[in-house]
Amino acid sequence: MIERYWKVTRRQLIGYLLGLLALFAGPARAELTIEITKGIEGAIPIAVVPFGGESPDPVNMASIISADLSRSGRFNAFAAQSMPERPTAPEQVQFRSWQLVGQDNLVIGQVQAGAPGQYVAQFYLYDVYQGTQLAGYKIPFGAADYRRTAHRISDIIYQQLTGEPGAFATRVAYVTVAGSARQRQYKLQIADADGYNPQTVITSPQPVMSPAWSPDGKQIAYVSFEDRVSAIFVQTLATGLRQKVSEAPGINGAPAWSPDGTQLALTLSKGVNPDIYILHLASGGLHRITDHYAIDTEPNWSRDGQKIVFTSDRGGKPQLYTVAASGGQAQRLTYEGEYNARGVFSPDGTKIAMVHGSGSNYRIAVLDLKTRALAVLTPGPLDESPGFAPNGSMILYASRSGGAGQLAAVSIDGKVHQSLRTDSGEVREPAWSP
Amino acid sequence: MRLAKIGCALMMSSLLLIGCAKRPPSAEGGEAAPGAGGPEIGKYGEGQGGAMYGEGAQGRGKDRYGAGASELTGDPQLDDPSSPLSKRIVYFLFDSSEIAPEYQQLISAHAGYLASNPERTVVLEGHADERGSPEYNIALGEQRANSVSRLLKLQGVAEGQVQVVSFGEEKPAVDGHDESAWQQNRRVELVYARR
Repeated sequence: MIERYWKVTRRQLIGYLLGLLALFAGPARAELTIEITKGIEGAIPIAVVPFGGESPDPVNMASIISADLSRSGRFNAFAAQSMPERPTAPEQVQFRSWQLVGQDNLVIGQVQAGAPGQYVAQFYLYDVYQGTQLAGYKIPFGAADYRRTAHRISDIIYQQLTGEPGAFATRVAYVTVAGSARQRQYKLQIADADGYNPQTVITSPQPVMSPAWSPDGKQIAYVSFEDRVSAIFVQTLATGLRQKVSEAPGINGAPAWSPDGTQLALTLSKGVNPDIYILHLASGGLHRITDHYAIDTEPNWSRDGQKIVFTSDRGGKPQLYTVAASGGQAQRLTYEGEYNARGVFSPDGTKIAMVHGSGSNYRIAVLDLKTRALAVLTPGPLDESPGFAPNGSMILYASRSGGAGQLAAVSIDGKVHQSLRTDSGEVREPAWSP
Repeated sequence: MRLAKIGCALMMSSLLLIGCAKRPPSAEGGEAAPGAGGPEIGKYGEGQGGAMYGEGAQGRGKDRYGAGASELTGDPQLDDPSSPLSKRIVYFLFDSSEIAPEYQQLISAHAGYLASNPERTVVLEGHADERGSPEYNIALGEQRANSVSRLLKLQGVAEGQVQVVSFGEEKPAVDGHDESAWQQNRRVELVYARR
C-alpha cells in the first residue's frame, strides 16, 4: 500500500516537473494570450488541485481548468504552489485544510490511461465549508481531446457554481493581418477559446473578412478578396472543402447564418448600392429583403429566425433597423448616438450588441430590447465587431486601444474585461463559435 | 460512500448522454469523436484545409491588374509626373462619398484620357478609414468609388471601361491611428492595368 502510494506520488512529481516546463514553454504554443485586465470584486475562491494519474499532456489538467475559471473573472483560482496538500482521491480530502486557506470550493481529480490513446478524467467538486460533494464526473477521452476535456470540466464547474452554462469548450475565429501597406498577409484562424491550438482556415495576400460560424459549428462563411473582388465562401472545417456561394458584381459581404443553418443573409450591391438579401444555401435561391438607395448592410438574425437587424444610413447616419426575414417595412431600432452599426442578437434574443460611436469614440454597447436601455460596455476609442459568447456571458470584440488591432472581451454587465493579445501583427473580426 | 458512488455513476451517465447529444461526428472540428470520421477530423487537426487554400489564394489574383495608384503603369501619358494623369487618388471627408471641388480637374483629366483611349480600363478602388464597422466601411468605400465612376461616365467614359471594388478599411495606405493617417486612408485609387 505504501509502495503504491509512493509510486503515485513519484509519478505526480514527474507530472509537476513536466507541468512546470510546460509553463515556460506555454506562451509559444498559445498564439493568443488572454489576460484579465479588470476582474470583479468577490470573485469566488476555488482550489483546483493538480490532477493525479497518467496524463497524455505535460500540462496538468488542473492548470488548464484554473486558467479557464480565472479568465472568466468570476473565479479566483488558488495557486498550486500555495496549496496545503494535494489530494487526488476523495478519501484524501481534508476540508479543514482548505478552510484555513480561505477556499470556498475544491476540485480534485485524476487522469487514467485506458486502451492505447484512450484516457479517463475523473474529478470531484466540493463545497469546502459544507464539506459536501457538489459534483463528480468521469469523462472518457482520446489523447487529442485532452485540452478540450479540461475545458469541458471547466464548463461543468462553472455551471455548477454560477448556475449558468460555461463557454470554455468553444472556439474563436479571427482574422490576422501581418506586414505593411505594400505587402500584407491576411489569415483567417481558429483557436480554442483560451487562445491555444490556432489553426489557419485561409491565408491570402488579399483581405479576408467577416467570418461567421454555421449554427452547428461545422462550417464557416467568410468574405475573401483573393480574386481582387469580394466573394463569399462557405468552408467545411473538417475537410477544408469550400464553396463560393456568392460572387455578384460589387459587394458580396457580411454573411450571417439563419438559426437553422439553411440560409445566409448577406449584403450585395450588384454594382449599384448595398441591400440585404437572403441566400438559400441548398437551392441557391436569392431573396431580396431590403431595397433602399442608402447603405443597408451587416444583417444578423433573431434567434427565432423571424427578424433581421441591419445597419442603414437611410436616416443620414448609420443606425440599426429591423425587418421581417421575409422582407417588408424596416423599423428603426436605435436613436441614441450618431453612429450605431453591426447589431448582433444575444443568444437569448433579449439584447442587441453594437458598435456605438459618438464623436471619434467607437465603443461596444448593448441595447436591452425590453427596456430599450442602452449600456455602453467598453472604453473605446476604436472598438468594433462585437459578438456574443455562446452562453451570452461575454462579448468578444476587436479593439485598437493600443495601436495595432487586438481582441478584447467584456462581460455583459461590463464588470470583467479581458484582453487577448498575439505576439505579432494585428488581430480583428473575432467570431465566437456556437 | 456507496451513495456517493451511485450518485457519481448517475452523473456520469447523464454527462455521457449530454456528451452524445452535443457531439454529432466531426461537429467539433479537431475533436475525434470515438469511432467516427477519423480522417476528416485529422485533416482539420493538421491544418491541411488552410494550407490548401492558403497556397491557392497566394497564387491567384495577384497583379491581375496594375499595382497601386501611385505606381508606374508603363503608359507615358499616365506616368509623366507633370501630367494631371499622374495623380490618381481622390480623398474624402469622414463618412462622406462626396467629391470635393479640388478633385474635379483630376477626374476630368482621367475621363478625357479614358474617352480617347476606349481600349483602356480603370479599376476604382474605394477605401475607408479604420473607424467604425468593417462591413459598413466596405459599403462606404463602394459609395466613394461609385461617386468617381458616375463622374467619369458623365464625361464620356464607357460603362465597360470602369470597374468598382471596395476594400473598406482592409487596405489602409498608411498604418496609423490618428487623423492624418485617416485622411490618407479615406480614398479612391484609380488603378490602370500595366502596359
